Amino acid sequence: MDFNLSDDHRMLKDMVSRFVREQCDFDSRLKLLKADKGHDEAVWAQMAELGLVAAVLPERVGGLGGSGLDIMVVAEELGRGIVVEPFLATAVLGAGILAEEGVAGRGAELLDEVIAGGHKLALAHYETGARYNAARVDAKIEGGKLSGAKTMVLNGGDADSLIVSAKDGDKLVLALVASDAEGVSMRAFKTHDGFGAAEVSFADVAVGADDVVLAGAAAEEALGRAIARAVLALCAESLGAMENARDATLEYLRTRTQFGVPIGKFQVLQHRMVDVCLEIEQARSIVLLAASKLDAEDRDKHMSAAKAFMGKTGRMVAEEAVQMHGGIGVTWELELAHVAKRLVMIDHWFGDTDYHLKQFQKLSKAA
Amino acid sequence: MRLEYSEEDLAFRAEVRAFLEERLPAHVSARTKAGLALEKEDYLNWQRTLQEKQWVAHAWPKEHGGSGFTPFQKHIFEEECVRAGAPELPPFGLSMLGPVLIAFGSDEQKAHYLPRILDGTDWWCQGYSEPGSGSDLASLKTKAVREGDHYIVNGQKTWTTLGQYADWIFCLVRTSSEGKPQTGISFLLIDLDTPGVEMRPIITIEGGHEVNEVFFDNVKVPAENLVGQENMGWTYAKYLLQHERVGIAGVASAKETLKKLKKLASETDDGEGGKLIDDAHFAERMANVEIDLMAMELTNLRVLAAAQAGGAPGAESSMLKIKGSVIRQELSDLMRRAVGPMALPFMPELDQMGSNEEPIGPDGAHLFAGQYFNRRKYSIYGGSNEIQRNIISKMILGL
Repeated sequence: MDFNLSDDHRMLKDMVSRFVREQCDFDSRLKLLKADKGHDEAVWAQMAELGLVAAVLPERVGGLGGSGLDIMVVAEELGRGIVVEPFLATAVLGAGILAEEGVAGRGAELLDEVIAGGHKLALAHYETGARYNAARVDAKIEGGKLSGAKTMVLNGGDADSLIVSAKDGDKLVLALVASDAEGVSMRAFKTHDGFGAAEVSFADVAVGADDVVLAGAAAEEALGRAIARAVLALCAESLGAMENARDATLEYLRTRTQFGVPIGKFQVLQHRMVDVCLEIEQARSIVLLAASKLDAEDRDKHMSAAKAFMGKTGRMVAEEAVQMHGGIGVTWELELAHVAKRLVMIDHWFGDTDYHLKQFQKLSKAA
Repeated sequence: MRLEYSEEDLAFRAEVRAFLEERLPAHVSARTKAGLALEKEDYLNWQRTLQEKQWVAHAWPKEHGGSGFTPFQKHIFEEECVRAGAPELPPFGLSMLGPVLIAFGSDEQKAHYLPRILDGTDWWCQGYSEPGSGSDLASLKTKAVREGDHYIVNGQKTWTTLGQYADWIFCLVRTSSEGKPQTGISFLLIDLDTPGVEMRPIITIEGGHEVNEVFFDNVKVPAENLVGQENMGWTYAKYLLQHERVGIAGVASAKETLKKLKKLASETDDGEGGKLIDDAHFAERMANVEIDLMAMELTNLRVLAAAQAGGAPGAESSMLKIKGSVIRQELSDLMRRAVGPMALPFMPELDQMGSNEEPIGPDGAHLFAGQYFNRRKYSIYGGSNEIQRNIISKMILGL
C-alpha cells in the first residue's frame, strides 16, 4: 500500500496550487461577487490552457486522465482557494458527459472546444420540488420540442450550452441546448457560496437528433457517473476548504493576543483545534477512499459515505473556525468567512448529509 | 410547586396580546417575522406607541417612566411581542444606558437624557469592544485625557450595533494606566456629531450591515458627560450587563422559529413524493431541538422565578446565554437545511424595502442560509460562550 501521490499527481497539485495562489486571490473573488458574471473569463481561459479540463477526461477523447484521483487533486486545490470558476460545471459535469463512450453528433464535436476553454457547459438536471432526488425528471421532449424547467443550474448563467435531462416517452435523454436558443429563458443569480447559478425554463425548444448526447440506459448511466464525479469533486473541494480554514484558524490562535497571551495558549481552544484537525484527517481518508472507488461497482455507496461525512464535518469545521476567530470571523472582509460559507453550502449541492446518509443506508444493506 | 402562570400573569398576557393586535402595523410585523431589517422610523414609531402604555423601559423604575414589569411580566411581554412580530427595540439606550444613569448619573444627566431615551429623541449605541480588546475588554485603549473642562478622546471602537442610526454613543475609555487595567476605565457619553468622530460600516458574513466601527480623532467631549466618577467605569459596565439578562436566552424567538420551521417542513416536498416533516432524519433533528427548547423554557422560568423572589441573576444568565445561543443556532441550521437546494440563492436585493422582484423557491428561502451565518454571532457577542463558561466555572462551580 502506498498513500503517496505519484510524480504526475504531485506536479498537477503543485501547478494548480500555484495557479490558484497567483490568479484567484481573495480580493478578486470579492469583486466577482458583485459582478454580473459568475466567474472571470480570463482566469477560466488560463485554467483550460493549463489543462485542467483535460486533466479530468480520459485519453480516448484527448484528455490526460480522468481518474478519481485526478479529480480529487484538482478540486482540492480549487477548494482551498474557494475558486468560483466553472471547473465543476464545465469540466467535471459537462465535458465528463460529452466524453462518455457512445456520444456522437454535436456533443462529440464540441468537446475539443470545451477542453480548450472556448465553450462553457452547465448541467441542467435538478427540478423544483425534487429536492436532491436525481431520479426525478419531468422535463419532456415531444416531437423534437423540449419543455420543462430546471433549478439551481450551477454556472448556468455563464454557460454557452446546457446539457439538459428530459424524458422522451419513458426514455431519459441528455440533450445539448444552446443557452441562447429560442425558447430558453434563464434567470441567473449568485449563491451564498459565491458561485453563479440559474433557473432555466424551456418552452418548445427545438431538439434535433444531432443534439441528443445520449439516450436511454446509456444516458442514465452517464448521468449517474457525472453526479458521482461531481460529488467527489465537491468532497475534495470541501477538504481543501477545510484545510484553508484550519490553517487560518491556527494562525489566528498563534497571533491573536488577549489577557496578555496568544489565545492558542488556552487549553479549551487547543482541544477544540485538535478536534478540528482530527476530523480533517478523517475527511482526507473518506475522500481518498471515494476517489479510489469512482469506477468501482460500489461507487455510489462510497460517494454517499463521503458526501454525508463532508457535509457534517464541513459544518463542524466552519462553525469552529468562525467561533475561534470571534467577531472578526463573521465579517465579509475576512476570507475565512467565505471559506466557512463554502464549507456549509457544499451540503446544499448534489445532496446533503441527510440525503446521502439515507442513500448510504440503502446501498450498504446489501453488504 | 406549580408550573403554571398566575391569574394575574394570564390577564396581563391577554392585555398585551390585545394591544399588539390593535396597534402593531402590518408591514412592520411582516418584515420582522421574515427576519428583514427595519428602518429607523419603524423602530421609533413602535417605541412611541408602546410608551403610550409606559411599556418601553423594563429595567427602569416607574417614577422614571419605566414599565415596572416584574421579571415574569417582562418575559410574557417579550413572548407576546415576538409572537406578534413586534420589532425588538434596540437595548442600548433603554436597557443599558438608562439603568446606569438612574443608578450612577447626576441629577442633570437623568433629567436631560432619560426622557430623550424614552421618546426616541436620542438613539444610543455602545462603544465597548475595540479591535484589540474583545474577550479581554479591560485591556481597552481608547484614551480620554482631561484638558480643562473637556476630555480629548482618541482611539477606536468596534462592533457598534446599529450605530448608523445613532445620535450618541456611550463609551468605556481609558483615563488612567495606573494599577489594574479595570481601575483606569471611565464611562463617557459622546455626541456622534462632534468633530473627529467617524463611523464606518462593517459588513457581516452574510452581506448585511448592522455593525460599525467608530474612530475618535482628538474628539473634544465636555467633562460633564462623564457618568459617575472617573476611573469607576468598569463597575458601571458590570452593573449594566446585569440588566440585559431576562431575555438573554431568546426563548420566545426560538419558539416562534420552531413554529415557522414546522410549518415549512410540512409544506416542503421531500423529493420522494412526501413532505419533509415525515422524513425520519429531519423529524429527528427537529424533535431533538424541540426537546432542548422545552427544557430551556423551563430553565429560563426557574431563573425568572428566582429573580422574581428577589435573587439577583448572576452566573445563571451565562448558562441561559450559552444554551439559548446554541438552540437558536441549531434552529437556524434547520431552517436552511429544510429548504434544501433552495437555500443556495444569495439575493440581497430582494430584501430591500419595496422590492417587487420575485423570490426563487418558497417565500423567504433565500434568506435562511444568510440568517444561519449571521446567527453565528450569538455565541460570540456579549461575551463569547467560552467567556460565559469561564464565568460559570468561577462563580458557580468555584473552580
